[in-house]
Amino acid sequence: MADLSIDMCGIKSPNPFWLASGPPTNSGEQVMRAFDAGWGGAVWKTLGDPIVNVSSRLGAVDYYGAKIMGLNNIELITDRPLEANFKEIYAVKKRYPGHAVVASLMVESKEEWREIVKRSEDAGADGLELNFGCPHGMCERGMGSSVGQEPKVLAEITSWVKEYASIPVLVKLTPNVGDILDPGVAAVEGGADGLSLINTVKSIIGVNLDNLVPLPAVGGESTQGGYCGPAVKPIAMHMLGALARDTRVTVPISGIGGISDWRDATEFLALGATSVQVCTAVMHGGYRIVEDMLDGLNFYLDDKGLSSVNELVGLAVPKFKEWGELDLNYNVIARIDAETCIGCQLCYVACLDGAHQCIHTNQGPCQAYHGKPDHGANPRTEVMPPEHHTAGNGAPVQVPFVDEDECIGCNLCSLVCPVPGCITMEQVPTTAGKESWNDRVARGLA
Amino acid sequence: MTAEKSGWKQLSADRMETQFADAKPAYSDSEAAIEAHRCLFCYDAPCIKACPTGIDIPAFIKKIATGNIRGSARTIFEANMLGASTARVCPVDVLCVGACVYNDLNHQPIQIGRLQRYATRRALEMENSHGWRLFTPKPGNGKKVALIGAGPASLACAAYLALEGVTPVIYEKDDLPGGLNITGVAPYKLHMEGAIAEVEWLLSHGADLRTGVEIGKDIRFEQLVEDYDAVFLGAGLGSDQLLGIPGEDGPGVWGATTLIREIKNRAGFSLPSAVKSAVVIGGGNTALDIARELAMLGVAEVKILYRRTTREMPGYCHELEGAARYGVTLVENLTPVEVVREGDRVKAMRVTSTKSGETEDYPCDWVVIAIGQETHAGRLYSGIKVDGKGRVIVDEKTRQTGNPNVYAGGDCINGGKEVVNAAVDGREAAFAMLRSWGTAAGPYNRIPGQRQ
Ligand SMILES: Cc1cc2nc3c(=O)[nH]c(=O)nc-3n(C[C@H](O)[C@H](O)[C@H](O)COP(=O)(O)OP(=O)(O)OC[C@H]3O[C@@H](n4cnc5c(N)ncnc54)[C@H](O)[C@@H]3O)c2cc1C
Ligand SMILES: Cc1cc2nc3c(=O)[nH]c(=O)nc-3n(C[C@H](O)[C@H](O)[C@H](O)COP(=O)(O)O)c2cc1C
Ligand code: SF4
Repeated sequence: MADLSIDMCGIKSPNPFWLASGPPTNSGEQVMRAFDAGWGGAVWKTLGDPIVNVSSRLGAVDYYGAKIMGLNNIELITDRPLEANFKEIYAVKKRYPGHAVVASLMVESKEEWREIVKRSEDAGADGLELNFGCPHGMCERGMGSSVGQEPKVLAEITSWVKEYASIPVLVKLTPNVGDILDPGVAAVEGGADGLSLINTVKSIIGVNLDNLVPLPAVGGESTQGGYCGPAVKPIAMHMLGALARDTRVTVPISGIGGISDWRDATEFLALGATSVQVCTAVMHGGYRIVEDMLDGLNFYLDDKGLSSVNELVGLAVPKFKEWGELDLNYNVIARIDAETCIGCQLCYVACLDGAHQCIHTNQGPCQAYHGKPDHGANPRTEVMPPEHHTAGNGAPVQVPFVDEDECIGCNLCSLVCPVPGCITMEQVPTTAGKESWNDRVARGLA
Repeated sequence: MTAEKSGWKQLSADRMETQFADAKPAYSDSEAAIEAHRCLFCYDAPCIKACPTGIDIPAFIKKIATGNIRGSARTIFEANMLGASTARVCPVDVLCVGACVYNDLNHQPIQIGRLQRYATRRALEMENSHGWRLFTPKPGNGKKVALIGAGPASLACAAYLALEGVTPVIYEKDDLPGGLNITGVAPYKLHMEGAIAEVEWLLSHGADLRTGVEIGKDIRFEQLVEDYDAVFLGAGLGSDQLLGIPGEDGPGVWGATTLIREIKNRAGFSLPSAVKSAVVIGGGNTALDIARELAMLGVAEVKILYRRTTREMPGYCHELEGAARYGVTLVENLTPVEVVREGDRVKAMRVTSTKSGETEDYPCDWVVIAIGQETHAGRLYSGIKVDGKGRVIVDEKTRQTGNPNVYAGGDCINGGKEVVNAAVDGREAAFAMLRSWGTAAGPYNRIPGQRQ
């Protein structure tokens, strides 16, 4: 069993799995149950001047029958009294001294920041997370993402907090910016001990087509909300990777956004996250989802021969490059395994209409015109498939085949294929060495 | 004798059971992934409550979905050491699958048994190919437990004990371990090879198996009570009960479990070509099993004669439907009175109707009697009590008999239920023994950071 414990800029926790600030960390009772279930840390629901929340607050995108591919919310920060929250933080820390409790904070004036930092420390929080990310409700009041979108303001507030705080300070970034490096680097310059990202993405989740009210509806109206859940994971990973490989970002990062299972979490860790935070997946499945995360990560580390989770952090970062550095001499082509093909023809139509017209069936002439008069009428016989096999009911399975000379190796067919392992992308052997666009530019060829 | 030395791993391929294909074939990786993703991951799920061993079913299925096969198998085995065979032999339609919430949505319920088979099979394959073990036994603690019978009940008990550092010694009167998992369960669910692979895996955690030793004959029960820290009685049921009617003795009349065993285990056994029709007496699952097996092996006409109606029969509805698919028919309200013979040969089964009282002959070449098995375990030891049906009486929670150091489980306490019931009895007895010695059992997947 590998060592899962981490030390994120001085915040220690028995494993890298933290709850993100949100409904799952709204109260001490919840956080205690979460720790019992196996979570290593929790970022408390953002504290500030208590506000009033609306009802309803959430909307979701389902995808082909799978519920909550993306979640959108118009919830603000805590609506419970600060005093109650601090009492509960104290109680949680007393009972779980080894777990990480991070107070998420959002206030306005310098004085308010001084006050809330002090109260958080008195309550025993292990660290602070400055919520510069909330994209609705709070930003209109000059907080949340309106800070996160202004690197100068962000750096200044960070430096205020650093002035008052004796515990580590994380800055939580909003993805609603042109370049995540601007606020990320500003936070580091302002003195942040660590970064967390992403907060939610500005969104409208849907429109009720009966009454034409956007969702989630508050009476007959709605407002823009913050998008999160599995759908935002690729956006979060890009921002994480961009920060992780930037030499100016010298502090550890807590990765957030769409993490639902141990695989997602492991990808974030490999892309440079020291800890990961989860909100939507817990809202969907409960605290119990962490059991699979712990055991899945553990077995993964064992299989990779890594004795500690810290050895995994950032292993994928050196392989995250600019486009201009990629090898232009590397080529793959699609191969369809006739044995496992079920004959759905999804690769065929995808390539025909959505890619480069190089998958064929032997059901009559090719429907595409390639500018080669003989091609459409007569698919090349040497790439004809082997014998067709039969389906369970005895019907022949029509196996499409790839014209390998035409295939440009885009992956689309292998992405649409419903049968795992049926379409593989095979590397075309080449004697040419690696040559990138940058190399060509350097050689004066481009 | 250890498992390796006894030679029971060499099985002849010339067994009739090899003619049976799996009724529910193994999932491929992609089939398993698709089915696992369908699971709703219910909280406080009804399937868990329907499983006698209480496996955390949504958790193990979720782990299949995330590719955590090793974790999935551990979730299964922690609750049910016989997770590999029960995945295949459990009557899931009346257990977990029958409880799936999809039934209420008019969707096909999750195929829990097949997913469980997938996870356990893949994990055990990976143990061999990757060189890790799912479970590492704790160091020996000096305790020794004797187990009588190497059926599912004892095997489950022994495996949990071995993981806790206890030395289990299993005494089995047959040459083969596995009990009815090897000799009884329908070959379209499980073949001997699969059952034996499971036994090997269970024993590999450190149990001593002594085959060919009958307790009560070769060794006295009292001797075990004296020599060991505890004794577990998992002796199952005895031989087939007979009808006690004229013509019953002689060729062509079989006890059901005896015939099933011939079909499954005996090298070179085959059905005489003269057997064109068979009558099965009984209304339980054993009757349904043997009727279906005979029909599948080519006996043209197989009739089950039952003394009551299908509504009252103990056999499962889905098993009756399964048998009917192979042409088996069932006739209700008939009491057997005589096996009619012509010379040595069986000619017919003579019955009277419980409704009209009329007597009728059902012509047949073979008669198979499937009206239950003897209870024999209670006779082995004076320190245990049995109920009116001969079932060993145990404490509901601990499975302790009248002698607190003697535990019992499986068919010998319930009169004949399922493998999964034997598995939970073995587990509970093992945990009760450990508690009585002041040691807590498991959990086996404690992970750093998780509160204990
Ligand atoms: C025909 C048939 C089909 C079945 N099909 C299914 C099914 O599909 N699914 C299912 O879940 N269940 C099925 N069952 C029930 C299931 O097999 C039993 O419930 C289960 O095997 C009970 O386990 P056990 O360990 O209590 O007893 P057994 O499996 O009977 O094992 C007892 C063992 O003890 C040994 N033994 C007995 N006396 C002594 C002694 N004095 N000394 C040493 N050894 C001794 C026996 O040789 C035997 O190996 C079936 C049963 C039968 C008869
Ligand atoms: C209902 C809801 C409320 C949230 N409240 C907060 C909050 O108070 N403070 C904060 O920093 N982030 C808040 N978030 C954002 C999450 O902490 C997290 O950054 C985001 O949801 C992305 O992670 P996920 O995909 O795992 O949900 C909230 C998210 C949701 C869905
Ligand atoms: S989840 Fe709970 S709080 Fe939210 S709408 Fe449903 S019942 Fe109300």
